[in-house]
Amino acid sequence: MLARALLRRVFLPRYNRSLSQSPRLLQVQEAPKLLSVWIDDKMVQVEPGTTVLQACAVAGVEIPRYCYHERLSVAGNCRMCLVEVEKSAKPIASCAMPVMEGMKVHPHSDISKRAREGVMEFLLVNHPLDCPICDQGGECDLQDQSMAFGSDRSRFVDNAFGGKRAVEDKEVGPLIKTIMTRCIHCTRCIRFAGEIAGVQDLGTTGRGGDMQVGTYVEKMFKSELSGNVIDLCPVGALTAKPYAFTYRSWELRRTESIDVLDGVGSNIVVNTRGEHVMRILPRLNESVNEEWISDKTRFAFDGLFAQRLTVPLARDATGQLRSCSWEDVLSRVSGKLVSIQNPANEVVGVAGALADCESMVCLKDLFNKLGSESLYSETPVHIGSCGNDLRSGYILRAGISALEEADLILLVGTNPRYEATLINARIRKGYIHNECEIAVIGPYMDLSYQHEHLGDDPAVFSGMIRGTHPFGKKFSRAAKPVIIVGEGVLARDDGAYINNQIYMLSRLSPVHGSDWKIVNYLHTTASQVGSMDIGYNTADLPDLSSTRLLYLLSADSVDVTRDQLPTDCLVVYQGHHGDKGAHIADVILPGAAYTEKEATYVNTEGRAQVTQAAVKPPGEARDDWSIIRALSEYAGHTLAYDNIDELRERMAEISPTLVNIDTKQDSCFHSLCVELLYRTSPKHKPYQTPISVKLNSLADFYMTDPISRASKTMAQCVQAVKQADKN
Amino acid sequence: MQNSFSSSKQLRLLFNSTCMNLKQHLSTSPVLCDKAYGGLRDQDRIFTNLYGRHDWHLKGAQARGDWYKTKEIIHKGADWIINEVKVSGLRGRGGAGFPSGLKWSFMNKPSEGRPKYLVVNADEGEPGTCKDREIMRHDPHKLVEGCLIAGKAMGARAAYIYIRGELYNEASNMQIAINEAYKAGLIGKNSCDSGYDFDIFMHRGAGAYICGEETALIESLEGKAGKPRLKPPFPADVGVFGCPTTVTNVETVAVAPEICRRGGAWFASFGRPKNHGTKLYCISGHVNNPCTVEEEMSIPLRELIERHAGGVRGGWDNLQGIIPGGSSVPVIPRSVCADVMMDFDALVEVNSGLGTAAVIVMDKSVDMILCIARLILFYKNESCGQCTPCREGTGWLNSMMYRFVEGKADPTEIDMMYELSKQIEGHTICALGDAAAWPVQGLIRHFRPEMEERIRRYREKNEQYASTMFS
Repeated sequence: MLARALLRRVFLPRYNRSLSQSPRLLQVQEAPKLLSVWIDDKMVQVEPGTTVLQACAVAGVEIPRYCYHERLSVAGNCRMCLVEVEKSAKPIASCAMPVMEGMKVHPHSDISKRAREGVMEFLLVNHPLDCPICDQGGECDLQDQSMAFGSDRSRFVDNAFGGKRAVEDKEVGPLIKTIMTRCIHCTRCIRFAGEIAGVQDLGTTGRGGDMQVGTYVEKMFKSELSGNVIDLCPVGALTAKPYAFTYRSWELRRTESIDVLDGVGSNIVVNTRGEHVMRILPRLNESVNEEWISDKTRFAFDGLFAQRLTVPLARDATGQLRSCSWEDVLSRVSGKLVSIQNPANEVVGVAGALADCESMVCLKDLFNKLGSESLYSETPVHIGSCGNDLRSGYILRAGISALEEADLILLVGTNPRYEATLINARIRKGYIHNECEIAVIGPYMDLSYQHEHLGDDPAVFSGMIRGTHPFGKKFSRAAKPVIIVGEGVLARDDGAYINNQIYMLSRLSPVHGSDWKIVNYLHTTASQVGSMDIGYNTADLPDLSSTRLLYLLSADSVDVTRDQLPTDCLVVYQGHHGDKGAHIADVILPGAAYTEKEATYVNTEGRAQVTQAAVKPPGEARDDWSIIRALSEYAGHTLAYDNIDELRERMAEISPTLVNIDTKQDSCFHSLCVELLYRTSPKHKPYQTPISVKLNSLADFYMTDPISRASKTMAQCVQAVKQADKN
Repeated sequence: MQNSFSSSKQLRLLFNSTCMNLKQHLSTSPVLCDKAYGGLRDQDRIFTNLYGRHDWHLKGAQARGDWYKTKEIIHKGADWIINEVKVSGLRGRGGAGFPSGLKWSFMNKPSEGRPKYLVVNADEGEPGTCKDREIMRHDPHKLVEGCLIAGKAMGARAAYIYIRGELYNEASNMQIAINEAYKAGLIGKNSCDSGYDFDIFMHRGAGAYICGEETALIESLEGKAGKPRLKPPFPADVGVFGCPTTVTNVETVAVAPEICRRGGAWFASFGRPKNHGTKLYCISGHVNNPCTVEEEMSIPLRELIERHAGGVRGGWDNLQGIIPGGSSVPVIPRSVCADVMMDFDALVEVNSGLGTAAVIVMDKSVDMILCIARLILFYKNESCGQCTPCREGTGWLNSMMYRFVEGKADPTEIDMMYELSKQIEGHTICALGDAAAWPVQGLIRHFRPEMEERIRRYREKNEQYASTMFS
């Protein structure tokens, strides 16, 4: 020891110099805090509290496991991860055992191998081995690990005497198919339901060999995140019901993409076979969705095969929609466009929930060229005069991942559980691991975690600001408070007033003005933030009585009827589904859905992400931006970009955030935004109407857009939930 | 080792020559000490009302010396009590035999504010064992006083007595005894006028064997399904309700007051080194007089049976085998029974264990294979199903064992079953896996010829079968 100390003294100066030069060596300075662990004669240094399994991963040794999952609590019950540790009488469960200084682990020793082989053998004793008809086949942990770690032959002959265990399948709703005989009792699904989804529906009954995983009594597994247990299940006990027996995993082509069915922008992998989307799986993105996706994201894709617009359509003299060629429709629309004398008032465009940034930019450029500024976002946002000029005034500034650090979250006019499922999962994560407190202003709601309900009266803020409401004090004490403002406020006519009150409340916090971002906005559609970035108007639609051309870009929730429009008004609908927008249209331009085009979407935290074309658009449908580009040529106002790269350059001119892919840029000028709001917001009292939320029940959650409305699976879910609620 | 010495006399000679190295040798060599063990005198008995012949209420207990100078013991302090227990050499009476003084001292870490708890494991479910119920039925004040003193030693705020659901009368007597003690001011606020606040609560289980495992017991006490927890963290860090906890057997707690009153050295004067004290033995099965009896540790098994249980039915020669420590320890054949001593270390040396000291005697009328099969059926039923080797392994062992009962098996399967039991042993979260594996190992170790004979006879009767099934 003394010699080592002396040596260190001698080498200290040089040691220090190298520290200042190399940032990597800086970690060496913290070395005394780290523990040295030997994995198969290879030394690794890990932090205290690391498990043996994690230490092995650091050393590049993958320990097989079934029950262990990084994001779930440790169960330690599968015993697959047993490894030999020196000076331990028995092999230890590496997933649960924290490392100790000088521990010597032998993951490849005979004892470790025999332990694994034994566990493998036991697991297979009661497993049905029906791999040829199992949907998990090809991506089954049990298959893979029995190949890698199991014995090469079976000695189980009791099949001929007593047989194997058989377990009755459970009926848990329209999404998850259960084949419980295959279950290996790893309890991942139970832990997911209890910890991440916050639904205590799953559990075990019975004991020993009779233990069963299920819902205690037969009922639906009612969670908006339920599909994730399919990915978690290491065997084929839980598989997807809607597309059971339709593919084998090795037939699928995988395209990394983005979900657009809510404002979160979950990262997904679109699995296709030929020109057919077979399934959608989550893709890891720690900043957005971790490795979960909502059931709508996962299962609504069958809506892509129904109600599709595959050919250009135009209404004939009798009022019937007839299919016609692209030339016909484009010349009809362009003819109308050119004929309008006063485009500033008479040409109106509306961008809907599924519109991508590329086509929105094209449409805006075209309209601007024609001389019209009447471009509206489908969902009005009334947040005061800074409007969409300053980005920090309308996005989830803190970022999704930062929500788990918060210690107090106030939800105003939003039910994130159904409006932005993965954001709710983050809040719950903070609630579980960070003891975050949550309060709600709005109707009563079930958020999957405990929260304080502060009523739905918009006047409640003034009490907090004055200090008469106890929540005001609690808020001013919080170290990392967050206010999330939802559509229940943004869509109100007095939204600006409430927004101003929210800012005044945020000033109570000592961290106000620091790097911690208190006020955040939650949008529920994939296009909203993008449209505001591009400069679409977020006010209510103007009086349309003089409109001569109404261009609906994927706008299906817009509240317009033919009665509001003059008889000679041409309604153009561009989109991919025959939904509400197409019903009132005179001309239909078939576009591409999110799985069929490379398009940019900006999520609610202002992160631009790009979808990839996994399949081609069906029939004569075309990429959306190219339709508008073609139209501009027909109209004689050709847009100045011929391909998507040039279009992206144009987008970068409008806002660099649109092309800064998968980056959450910090929003600036926030104080200016607050100042503007304060000066211009009305001083009147808020309206008496209570604060509402957009979606407040699981049945509402499943169908929110043209794709999910066309989805048979989602319709079954709505029915199942209504039935379950009735019982 | 056993076979190399023909008689105990030779062993004694060996001992005399190595007497100087006694301490080093005793834990590893099967030597008999010069001193004869057994024949505990009445004045040395701790459980003086084991058979319920006297009054079990507070008055009767006090007449027998319970609650005598308890206040003074408490005033001596935790360190003194733990030291006496350490000196006494008391080892846990629940089966594992962990040194009690050491275990209790784990609780005396500086507290960070969480209360500490003593949990008494009265979930006596090991087949063959009937010692704790006798204590609780006939001498409940021993346990109540023991809780107070053990609680003081650990700095516990309260004790929970988790009693097996089936033990109705015992739970009733215990509760009456607790109520009496509260009424007399012996426990509760300012227990025994010592200034120490201590409460005792009873909790009746629902009769699951696995709830006798300490962490499963804690889970059950918290209101959850009785499934053992992973260790670490150990209960001394995170136990019941997330607080430091020590789970300890009824008998261990109940002898603590007597150890403190008479001194650890008195207790240590019984039994071989490292196996000190007196012990309750439960003798059942084919003996003339099945009984529970308090005897000295290290008493020879044969003497125990002959002195207290009236000998084996039909004489010693009619003995086939003995399970010396409750159903989970391996069976030992007559040859081993003849001169083995009843303590932790001696029984480990013959590949068995003292366990709960429940001596199950089986004479030659017994079908040993069927007996072990029945035990495996018990463990299969009582496995909690949480971890793989136990859940799947006990079921597999069970179906194999019942085939062996018929002989409907292949001789090579005997080795395979031994291997399977080794695959369960030590690979599970709790010790139930080990408990299920050991009886099978004991059977194969000592009764292999019987198993092979059974198979041969079955094949003779069903020649056709053998050729198709295992060829």
